[in-house]
Amino acid sequence: MRSEDFELISGLLKQRSGLILPADKVYLLESRLTPIAHKRGLETLDDLVNEVRLKRKEDLLVEITEAMTTNESFFFRDNKPFDLFKDTVMPQLIESRANQKRIRIWCAAASTGQEPYSLAIILKEMAAKLVGWKVEIVGTDISQQVLDKAKEGMFSQFEVQRGLPIQLLIKYFNQVGDLWQISDDIKTMVTYKMFNLLEPFSSLGSFDVIFCRNVLIYFDQPTKTQVLEKMRKLIPDDGTLFLGAAETVLGITDQFKPVQGQRGLYSTSNATDDLIGKLKAV
Amino acid sequence: MKSCLVVDDSKIIRKVARRILEELNFDIQEAVDGQDALDNCKSAMPDVVLLDWNMPVMNGLDFLKALRKTEGGAEPVVVFCTTENDMSHISAAISAGADEYIMKPFDREIIESKFVQVGLL
Repeated sequence: MRSEDFELISGLLKQRSGLILPADKVYLLESRLTPIAHKRGLETLDDLVNEVRLKRKEDLLVEITEAMTTNESFFFRDNKPFDLFKDTVMPQLIESRANQKRIRIWCAAASTGQEPYSLAIILKEMAAKLVGWKVEIVGTDISQQVLDKAKEGMFSQFEVQRGLPIQLLIKYFNQVGDLWQISDDIKTMVTYKMFNLLEPFSSLGSFDVIFCRNVLIYFDQPTKTQVLEKMRKLIPDDGTLFLGAAETVLGITDQFKPVQGQRGLYSTSNATDDLIGKLKAV
Repeated sequence: MKSCLVVDDSKIIRKVARRILEELNFDIQEAVDGQDALDNCKSAMPDVVLLDWNMPVMNGLDFLKALRKTEGGAEPVVVFCTTENDMSHISAAISAGADEYIMKPFDREIIESKFVQVGLL
């Protein structure tokens, strides 16, 4: 791929989604965009790039952005954050929100639904403690295509075997031909909405917990800061944030701080010592 | 090092499973059917059994039921690994005392993720 072509596409991705595509990831462009070229009756990736350069048709730009920002997702990915959510964050919220009986959770890169559905399953498993509560899970993603798949809740045999214990498959999925569909009572716990993290967050409402795992790694430093600081405005002082294991707030913002010993879990910088103590304790 | 008994009548599957599990630091024994597996278990109980369903002589489910009745046979973690991929087979296996269930085809990632779930890794 010619360097001016790479710059055209990577510039487009940065502008539309915040995604930073380093030059050593050119193979990713080739492997993900060549099928789009073929689908559109174009022979090569060069033809597709020309199409972008000459016509800048919105539907093509959307398709390219979606193809490049879609990442694989597993149920209960990395386990630990889900254990923390279940054993530490939820018990603390059940205590602190006892009057309102209302909790809102945001999955900021919901992808094909594995993360919000994993959270919904955890909540369903602890339903006895949540009688009379209203717990909302909002899943957003920049790609409508992945959200459509999430809403359908249909997963391949391969997808349901990565991270999902068999007991939960039996309990919460129905077999449909070769596929597995998540049951309606789990599906209805999650609301999906197309959303670009570069946009203003005001339309989303406030949240008690935000999952934003393995998203920031794709942004440049100023974008990371902006996204985290916008998130901070959506959560109260005792809210929590989950980032991916490889991510950090260090040098990016001082509005969140890592909860010691609880990898991936962050409190706001205004969290009380009492809250931090509870989040640390398992 | 934990021991794993790989039970499958297909030599190729045993070989693939052995390669993956050795990389995950398991000591591997092989058995070609349920009876062979049961004999193996009676002489030395493994920590884990990776178990096919359809095999001659004694199938995986019958082996599992017999194993759980054997002295010390409640101990091993049993993970089915089979082409039987419908809910009724899965439920039958879990009711008979299987700890996890892998639907073939499998790869390293699936085996690893299932073994993590049952606390072996």
